[in-house]
Amino acid sequence: MKFDTAATTNPIDRLRIIGQPADRIDGRLKTTGTAPYAYERQDIPGDMAHAYVVVAGIAKGRIGAMTLEDAQAAPGVLAIVTAANAGELGQGKMNTARLLGGPHVEHYHQAIAVVVAESFEQAREAAQAIRVTWLPEEGNYDLAAARTAMGDAGQEDDTRVGDFEAGFASAPVQLDATYTTPDQTHAMMEPHATIAAWDGGSLTVWCSNQMVAWTRGDLALTLGLEKEKVRLVSPYVGGGFGGKLFLRADTVLAALAARATGRPVKLALPRPLIANNTTHRPATIQRIRIGAGRDGRIAAIAHESWSGNLKGGDPETAVDQTKLLYAGAHRLTGLRLAELDLPEGNSMRAPGEAPGMMALEIAMDEMAEKLGMDPVEFRILNDTQVDPADPSRPFSQRQLVECLRRGAERFGWSRRQARPGQVREGSWLVGFGMAAGFRNNLQTKSAARVRLDGDGGVIVETDMTDIGTGSYTILAQTAAEMMGVALDRVAVRLGDSDFPASAGSGGQWGANNSTAGVYAACVKLREAVAQALGFNASDAVFEDGEVRLGNRAVPLAEAGALSAEDRIEYGDLAKRYQQSTFAGHFVEVAVDAATGEVRVRRMLAVCAAGRILNPKTARSQVIGAMTMGVGAALMEELAVDTSRGFFVNHDLAGYEVPVHADIPHQEVIFLDETDPLSSPMKAKGVGELGLCGVGAAVANAVYNATGVRVRDYPVTLDKHLARLPAVA
Amino acid sequence: MRAFTYERAATPQDAAAALAGHPQARFIAGGTNLLDLMKLQIEAPTHLVDVNHLGLDRIEPTPEGGLRIGALVRNTDLAADARVRRDYAVLSRALLAGASGQLRNKATTAGNLLQRTRCPYFYDTDQPCNKRQPGSGCGALQGYSRQLAVIGGSESCIATHPSDMAVAMRALDAVVETIRADGSARAIPIADFHLLPGDTPHLETVLEQGELITAVTLPPPVGGRQVYRKVRDRASYAFALISVAAVLQPDGTGRVALGGVAPKPWRVAAADAALPQGAQAVASALLQGAAPRPDNAFKLLLAERTLAAVLAEGRA
Ligand SMILES: Cc1cc2nc3c(=O)[nH]c(=O)nc-3n(C[C@H](O)[C@H](O)[C@H](O)COP(=O)(O)OP(=O)(O)OC[C@H]3O[C@@H](n4cnc5c(N)ncnc54)[C@H](O)[C@@H]3O)c2cc1C
Ligand code: SF4
Repeated sequence: MKFDTAATTNPIDRLRIIGQPADRIDGRLKTTGTAPYAYERQDIPGDMAHAYVVVAGIAKGRIGAMTLEDAQAAPGVLAIVTAANAGELGQGKMNTARLLGGPHVEHYHQAIAVVVAESFEQAREAAQAIRVTWLPEEGNYDLAAARTAMGDAGQEDDTRVGDFEAGFASAPVQLDATYTTPDQTHAMMEPHATIAAWDGGSLTVWCSNQMVAWTRGDLALTLGLEKEKVRLVSPYVGGGFGGKLFLRADTVLAALAARATGRPVKLALPRPLIANNTTHRPATIQRIRIGAGRDGRIAAIAHESWSGNLKGGDPETAVDQTKLLYAGAHRLTGLRLAELDLPEGNSMRAPGEAPGMMALEIAMDEMAEKLGMDPVEFRILNDTQVDPADPSRPFSQRQLVECLRRGAERFGWSRRQARPGQVREGSWLVGFGMAAGFRNNLQTKSAARVRLDGDGGVIVETDMTDIGTGSYTILAQTAAEMMGVALDRVAVRLGDSDFPASAGSGGQWGANNSTAGVYAACVKLREAVAQALGFNASDAVFEDGEVRLGNRAVPLAEAGALSAEDRIEYGDLAKRYQQSTFAGHFVEVAVDAATGEVRVRRMLAVCAAGRILNPKTARSQVIGAMTMGVGAALMEELAVDTSRGFFVNHDLAGYEVPVHADIPHQEVIFLDETDPLSSPMKAKGVGELGLCGVGAAVANAVYNATGVRVRDYPVTLDKHLARLPAVA
Repeated sequence: MRAFTYERAATPQDAAAALAGHPQARFIAGGTNLLDLMKLQIEAPTHLVDVNHLGLDRIEPTPEGGLRIGALVRNTDLAADARVRRDYAVLSRALLAGASGQLRNKATTAGNLLQRTRCPYFYDTDQPCNKRQPGSGCGALQGYSRQLAVIGGSESCIATHPSDMAVAMRALDAVVETIRADGSARAIPIADFHLLPGDTPHLETVLEQGELITAVTLPPPVGGRQVYRKVRDRASYAFALISVAAVLQPDGTGRVALGGVAPKPWRVAAADAALPQGAQAVASALLQGAAPRPDNAFKLLLAERTLAAVLAEGRA
């Protein structure tokens, strides 16, 4: 189905099942521990062997010598695979560094060998007996030093509108400030894990992955196989946050280990290796300049971001939102990439906008203060309903102003003291902060197969993944609504490359696109049913397990076991209309006046993100995202050792994410919105919207509490302690 | 983790004897620290002696009017004990500020005293660390040291002792009781129990190989207002950036110890004496001679400000 004109009324609009707060249909499996995650599957035939990964102990250089004898002789050892005996390996399209390194080492904890043994303990002990001598080389690990060396020169691929320099120079009120965000790791609960088994020349991997089709393709490329020879199964994913978008070492090494031993092999990445072995969100240094008239109207806005990556890697796209969020005639955005020898940077939790909004929305707070304006009013004044670079391109829907007004009212924003550092409750300094939320909505093709079981039940099959988001549930709701059956009559099967290729889970594109794919398949199936039962497809009503027209009603079961497959594809609507999602984030914090510890007290997000397919799962997404925002604002940071070139705090004791005690009252409001330009579902992404802006709202609240502006995330107590008032 | 043999000791003296001739053997109590270190091969004992069944899990009054805490009393039970909560509240508060409920259910009094540092370089076997591998160098000194010691460290090691419980015990003048392989017992004041690193950071306590902790005794209650203030980046389940254990008397005298700043719980007689003069005097007595790194210099100011808040709480 090609979606190239605005959606009109369709069966989804009935909202009998879609739009209802249905419980997660996989909830019972999750809460009873019976959802089989990759490492725990008991249904793989054959005599399972266990693998353990060996990693590089230097950041850059070569392996001098690797002594395997002790490990080979250790009890239970079946095989040791290294680059020397793995055979020639290709490179996945989405990978920068090789997933099995050696003799060259491209980053710290790059995998250099895998040991296979009868038991996990034997594999681990043998892996620890491998001795390596390293030939380290000098590397570049310091983003701040690289940024200084690069200077302020612009780049050819900068985006320019009007004349930023002139517009900024003539603006009576100016801000020129630099913000930094640190490297971060995904810290999902389930580590990367794979079971691999070969059957002749065909390979099956059961793993934990967000993007089945991408990863299957990259695995085939890496192993030199045809894609058809690879099956990838990933029905349950214990969190990904972008860390499992791609093929990673666990899958490649398990496949190589299974090939070397002729047995199925399981492998999980140990927690302390994940931060350096896999991908992370790169640190940024962001310079923002805003020039405005005394009336508060922005005349000029520039946002430049420096980030690092391995050679061949991409920059963190932290300036995207600044192209679209606020009005202003003169604009400049640019990305600067430093070549660093730290581990590979890539997507994490709303890449681009998450760190970009952390900087931009502090800058907006600072600018509002310079102008003597309320930060909510300053943003509303600079709202735009069109793409500022191309006024002929309206937003498909843009309710930012409504989000901000509704949020301000609900939160009690009028009680905020504009002058910072004024509110004291006992030993706490109290502050309010807010930020806009913004994340683009992406249209991506997505396919599904929908079948009737001949007994009134419906089966949905697609390679879509559920990474804890609720995909199972909203896909079931879509099929139930379309086919006119109860929710419990729909079975959803996900995460298998044998099924039609979906949008996958990432970039908050999963929900809208994958449900639209199921919608497309259901439209086709309804036609087949109508034909089989002798109805006119466009007039027949599918309801209560029956197909009806006039006074004729036939049970759906009588259509027999029909099947239909289709995909949603998109025309140029995204070119003609800018599709984005919007929020208002409001936060109250308390800062211990003596120690500077920051504790969030309450949070509110008001979101406008198209139709909300399931308010319960959507709310869970948003409160989870708000929690990530607190983490990013207050504690999450991979500490870089800039001489040894690695992330030092690479376990969950050293890398802190919020615990329950850090997360107080959270409220989420969804504005009533449908976006007929996004898809037949009229929905958009919402999960990552819940994160974009939260960090700045927290940081702005801290400033409002203390009067000390911190521009370097995370806002830890050491950054404002010296400027807090004396302890009474 | 290396393969190891395991035995369950029947009496404290048997346990001590089982380890005596065996430099590669270790006691195992709750296992919450030792097992993690074994998995990473930071510790690689070839033999484990389980001390969980020695009957050392009771809290009893001493003839002097204090409390004798068995070495195997779980942190949860110790924190909840009514006598501890009434007479040694700083200890209860320190325990509850540590780790998580699940860990405290397993963690023991002796194991807590003997837990090893959380220096991230100590935990990464690809990095140099004099404590883990004597003579290999100290990765943290030139590296990331935000969590590490500002005082009491050396050019060999700036690790902190991460225990909360021990800081309160230091303020309470606890005494560690042990038994050796030959059956002899000794009582070690907690002030003397942990060693500073000097150029032997791998030696952390005065215990001899095979010496088993049997109990920790607390002197009779000293009253006062008892405060444990732990400062950290998140609200729970994090090691201290710094912590303050204080017993404050109505007349302005008292005792104070710091955690998170040194290789052992940090208490200085002059600082106790300075209590009536206020936080600045106390902090400068406690931290005189501090040698912070750029990453952790903030701990000096943080300690002073936290002390000020604790003293204010004591006066309130
Ligand atoms: C995630 C995490 C977070 C934590 N957070 C904190 C925190 O915030 N604050 C805090 O204070 N602690 C914290 N801890 C540490 C925790 O308190 C210790 O792991 C625990 O107290 C150790 O006790 P155990 O009985 O499990 O010791 P074990 O691991 O069994 O033993 C530790 C050491 O003591 C030796 N040993 C044990 N018993 C005896 C004995 N009777 N005589 C002689 N030697 C003995 C063992 O041989 C071993 O070397 C944390 C731990 C973890 C894993
Ligand atoms: S500070 Fe101590 S524990 Fe940390 S690396 Fe240095 S020697 Fe090892």
